[in-house]
Amino acid sequence: MKKAEVDKIINSYGADRSQVIAIMNEVQDEERYLPEETLKHIAQRLKLPLAQLYSISTFYRVFSLVPKGKHQCTVCMGTACHVRGAERVLSELERVLKVKAGETTKDKQFSLDTVNCVGACALGPIVIMDGEYHGQVTAAKARNVLKKPEAK
Amino acid sequence: MNKAKALKSAEELKALFQSLSSEKPVGKIRVTIPNATCSIARGSAGIIRRLEEVLKQKKLSSQVEIKVTGCRGFCQIEPVVVIEPLNVLYQRVSADDVPEIVETSLVQGQVVERLLYPVSKEKRARTEAELPFYSLQKRFVTENCGVIDPTSMKDYLLTGGYQALARALKMKPEEIINEVEKAGLRGRGGGGFNTALKWRTCRTAPGEPKYAIINADEGDPGAYMDRSLLEGDPHRVLEGLIIGAYAIGSSQGFIYVRHEYPLALRNFRTALNQAREYGFLGKNILGSGFDFEVQVNQGGGAFVCGESSALMASIEGKLGEPRAKYVHTVERGIWDKPSNLNNVETWANVPLIINKGADWFAKIGTQGSKGTKIFSVVGKINNTGLVEVPMGVTLKQIVFDIGGGIPQKKKFKAVQTGGPSGGCLPESLLSLPVDFDRLTEVGSMMGSGGMIVMDEDTCMVDVARYFLNFLKDESCGKCTPCREGIKQMLAILNRITEGKGQEGDVEQLEEMSGGIIDAALCALGGTSPNPVMSTIKYFRNEYDAHIRDHKCPAGVCKALVTYSIDPQKCTGCGLCLRNCSTGAIKGAKKKPHRINPKKCIKCGICYEVCKFAAVKRS
Repeated sequence: MKKAEVDKIINSYGADRSQVIAIMNEVQDEERYLPEETLKHIAQRLKLPLAQLYSISTFYRVFSLVPKGKHQCTVCMGTACHVRGAERVLSELERVLKVKAGETTKDKQFSLDTVNCVGACALGPIVIMDGEYHGQVTAAKARNVLKKPEAK
Repeated sequence: MNKAKALKSAEELKALFQSLSSEKPVGKIRVTIPNATCSIARGSAGIIRRLEEVLKQKKLSSQVEIKVTGCRGFCQIEPVVVIEPLNVLYQRVSADDVPEIVETSLVQGQVVERLLYPVSKEKRARTEAELPFYSLQKRFVTENCGVIDPTSMKDYLLTGGYQALARALKMKPEEIINEVEKAGLRGRGGGGFNTALKWRTCRTAPGEPKYAIINADEGDPGAYMDRSLLEGDPHRVLEGLIIGAYAIGSSQGFIYVRHEYPLALRNFRTALNQAREYGFLGKNILGSGFDFEVQVNQGGGAFVCGESSALMASIEGKLGEPRAKYVHTVERGIWDKPSNLNNVETWANVPLIINKGADWFAKIGTQGSKGTKIFSVVGKINNTGLVEVPMGVTLKQIVFDIGGGIPQKKKFKAVQTGGPSGGCLPESLLSLPVDFDRLTEVGSMMGSGGMIVMDEDTCMVDVARYFLNFLKDESCGKCTPCREGIKQMLAILNRITEGKGQEGDVEQLEEMSGGIIDAALCALGGTSPNPVMSTIKYFRNEYDAHIRDHKCPAGVCKALVTYSIDPQKCTGCGLCLRNCSTGAIKGAKKKPHRINPKKCIKCGICYEVCKFAAVKRS
């Protein structure tokens, strides 16, 4: 992201310090991670210590300090999904992608993450692939979820 | 679209309502399709697109109004399509059904029988009123969800929207608080705190400005009524907030929405902009001299931010860490100013109380818990969905009469309420009337209203482990009892589920639970042992089976489970063999197969795919 674009986001919040999380959210949505240079720039503009931005980035789950893969695969670990076997779905995806939850594949194609609950419990277990919700996923069907984006 | 003129008085609102009511409907036929998160996941967007195409082809567009709404609550049968005036509800509709629906129902006025909801083998329900799922419900707070277009101010106004606000602004703030007190409204977000008391404390607390906040950081896994309200009827929540702010004497409001709810956020933002345009927000609202604005804050995926002091720290742009509440946030919250936080559902109840009166409201429910409560009935249940029932309905009515019981005729084991702060209730408590106090008495809590139903295939030790694992990740780390205590308790539970449990483990878990309850800083920490305590209390035998016999009776705990194939049942179809990713299954075609336990990673896929129930889990 260019500095000017980051500035645009910062200015849209009136360079208000209390909106630092919202600003970081927008950068995260855009870049899918928080580059060090960008964090430094935001800290400078808002006159906040870089350490505060670092602690925010590591406290809130949505932020990442490392680049994410091309495709985002998120497994819902809500209670409703859990009792319907979400953990087994996750293990299968971990095995197929050869990464643990929270990691990105070596070829930078897939990032695998978990989320606490997306509130679509009727469809559990849920896997969200690049924003698309897949419901009633079983361990056996889990790998099919990954196939889709490559075919596109 | 023309920009609406801001309304300057209650009379202007009344006049607008009358002129909108006398407008003719857009088309002769109305097709209602919910387009909320659940329905989108089941393809509602494709249905809407297809319907528009087909109507255009048949040149019917001008005669048919497509009403895109929020969720009607019966998530299991989504996407649903309702056609009026034919008065018919179709369930589990797909885009491919659209041409038939248009031809049969819209052109010929006939019913497509196969899309009706099957009540029994012989009988199919034609309308929503005939569905058993809705029979015990009293939908007051959710009355507009799935009925109106949540992005249309006109739709909300036509339901009598913002008339409660107009009425409230003519009352004295103290009168409103008295009305809410008389209604007996208690917070729907977790603790069930007396709402009027909270408002009054905030109103009388020294310090200006005062803040009014919507807590939409619905973090309890398995609860999604707040998402549904914000997606389906955002103006109601906003109207409640504005009324409350006026009663408290607040000029600045906030909404804190979880990051995982993009559609709820979008719809609420739209509602905010419309409310500004119509003069329900801003300066001198409806000529009353009352000013109010609302700022949107988005969460960052931290469960602890649902706690009031943590949420307020997050609004200030800090880490969402709770603080000790010797002084409550209603007295010193955001920037140390009096801050009143209520959850989405609580705010949504407020217009109802003002419109229908405290006496009407107080007639619903039980002695200590008034009104209705929205529950999300999920997990191992036939009719998954959001149900709104009067307080005091029994667990049995919710699980069996509304929820339709357990799928595949399995046996009911427990229902978990109150999220990670709640507990698991066994079959013997099914006749318990559900309200704030009864649930607390039996070691659980209302929480935000998630009800996760568990059947005989659910391991209660694993459920306790699941919640502790959840809380270990979500503990903010500020206080030692929660940060370290949960971790240690989890270590014990992990050991038990791996078959390495020891005598005395359960007692140690109980002792540590007591320590955390006494010493944790915030309510989330203090209630975190509840899932463990309640499972020990009601399902001690399962702990003993894991510890003494090294067995998981439900067949969930991986380390204690082995998979084998029953040669009598195996047809040798080879399906498990093809699906086994580690090559652990061997066998010739049409001959019984075998699992090599050395290669088996216990992923359970063979068990899932076998069509003859030949794979055994023990």
